[in-house]
Amino acid sequence: MFTTGAKRWLLLGIALAVGASFMAHSPGFGMNRYYLGVTIDAGIAIILAVSLNLINGHTGQFSLGHAGFMAVGGYTAAKLSLMVSPAGEAAWFFPIALLAGGLLAALAGLLVGIPSLRLRGDYLAIVTLGFGEIIRVVVQNMEAVGAASGLKGIPKYTTLGWTFALALVTIYFITTLVNSTYGRGFIAVHDDEVAAESMGVPTTRYKVTAFVIGAFFAGIAGGLYAHHKQFLSPTGFDFLKSIDIVVMVILGGMGRTAGVIAAAVILTLLPEFLRAFADYRMIIYALLIILLMMLRPQGLFTFKLKKGGLA
Amino acid sequence: MDWLLQQSINGLGLGSIYALIALGYTMVYGILRFINFAHSDVLMLGAFSAFYLEPQVSRLFGHESVVGAIMIVILAAGLCAVLGMLIEFLAYRPLRNRPRLTVLITAIGVSLFIEFTAQHEKVFSSKTQFFPRLLPEHSFQMGNVFFNSTDLLVPVVTLLLLAAMWFIVQKTRVGTAMRAVSYNQQAASLMGVNVNRIISFTFGLGSALAAIAGILYAMKAPGIEPLMGVQPGLRAFIAAVLGGIGNLPGAVVGGLVLGILETFLGGIPWLSSYRDGIAFAILILILLFKPAGLLGKATVEKV
Repeated sequence: MFTTGAKRWLLLGIALAVGASFMAHSPGFGMNRYYLGVTIDAGIAIILAVSLNLINGHTGQFSLGHAGFMAVGGYTAAKLSLMVSPAGEAAWFFPIALLAGGLLAALAGLLVGIPSLRLRGDYLAIVTLGFGEIIRVVVQNMEAVGAASGLKGIPKYTTLGWTFALALVTIYFITTLVNSTYGRGFIAVHDDEVAAESMGVPTTRYKVTAFVIGAFFAGIAGGLYAHHKQFLSPTGFDFLKSIDIVVMVILGGMGRTAGVIAAAVILTLLPEFLRAFADYRMIIYALLIILLMMLRPQGLFTFKLKKGGLA
Repeated sequence: MDWLLQQSINGLGLGSIYALIALGYTMVYGILRFINFAHSDVLMLGAFSAFYLEPQVSRLFGHESVVGAIMIVILAAGLCAVLGMLIEFLAYRPLRNRPRLTVLITAIGVSLFIEFTAQHEKVFSSKTQFFPRLLPEHSFQMGNVFFNSTDLLVPVVTLLLLAAMWFIVQKTRVGTAMRAVSYNQQAASLMGVNVNRIISFTFGLGSALAAIAGILYAMKAPGIEPLMGVQPGLRAFIAAVLGGIGNLPGAVVGGLVLGILETFLGGIPWLSSYRDGIAFAILILILLFKPAGLLGKATVEKV
């Protein structure tokens, strides 16, 4: 995706996002609040999907706990924001809060990554699911972040510019990482762990790195989400949220950044169009997962199989 | 001392239910090597079948009669066995020989499909419904320890079913075939074992166990709702891993250990609100230190 002059494109993209954001958020000229909200949702979904794609797609691990990392980042950032300025007058603090959320989520990723050294496939899936649940239970019991009733009154710092600038940074960082010489290791772990190990690829380090980086960006997304919705509740980060992100990655094609971005956008917008069928929406969603696995396990947008097939 | 005894009884009841569900997980895992996420939803369907069968059956045999209860359990188990086989036939069989993750995601999809369909207002709706009493209930008191007939019934049923499963797997022809398929699918098929039929049978058996577990769970729980299977299902999977997945006695040991640990740790005041996380913490610890489980044999990956 980003090959030559990628950095220039990144900067241009960020500039565009910030510019668009100024227009979209300006009163009078601004976008309809509803459309603006949905667009920001899509941007957050892109960050989540692309970061999970590093773990599940490129590295071939299977994490079902991405919502847990998002929760860690979201709660950390929101709590810090509320501590610094409950009224929301300290917008300069937003990037620091986001970064802190991302770092704490990365720490959580490190903790999940360590058991992943010994586990693969469905065992790893269930452990990450368990981690997600543990995070939820812990949050539910923390009075400091509102426990089960949720954290309210988070200042609204998230703008279109912040969201898409950070989405671009995420895409840039992860694609260049995977395409770098170092990044070949992720693909090697994905393709054949035993072969990679015997060729001298430190598979363990790569797996943990994937978890830490993936979790970091999920934490950033959580922070954006918190300052966008202005309310966090532990039930918002349950198993189903993790599944949503996993489906984005599968739909887009594991390890296919462009496809995953498209899938993130589509899956965010689709429910908005399907409001009329709200009763059947989730049933259709579940059927979609089953049919996708049967008919196009390589993802909707993958037309040519990667060399070596799928894993 | 009373507290200890009371918690032991509660833990034993809970653990027995986990054990029953874990038996189904472990059998399917032993043969197909994948987590059948829909197992916990079959449990829910078992409870709901009993819920809808009860009025019909009790018209024939009277309320809270032993014969009626047995009839309900057999019918519900049979219904769920057929359903389990149907799920396998429709969703998992087309994916045989696909990567395991594809099957795992499909299993999650099947599970979500059953849950969301059941939650639809024209199906079971998402509200909690009162589960009818199937058997007359007697309460006992020993000093300050209270328990009732259901608390006794659950472990007894579990042990009986474990014995039956052990007999089927170890002593019958179909059991021999199950073990053969679990050991090496290709070789079994070359020896004339109808692999598809054996897998189908295993799903049927596991689903029947899940249905019985669902009914027992519903008898102890205040009510039933479409998501009632999720939490016990996850715990039971952990129990299966704890005991060594693929190992029948391991599933029962794992279930009992988990049930008792959860009850005891959950009974400690400052830990009680973290109860939902305890099982997962145990899972992570066991996978870190003894990934093969308590009774499982460590396997070496061959290239």
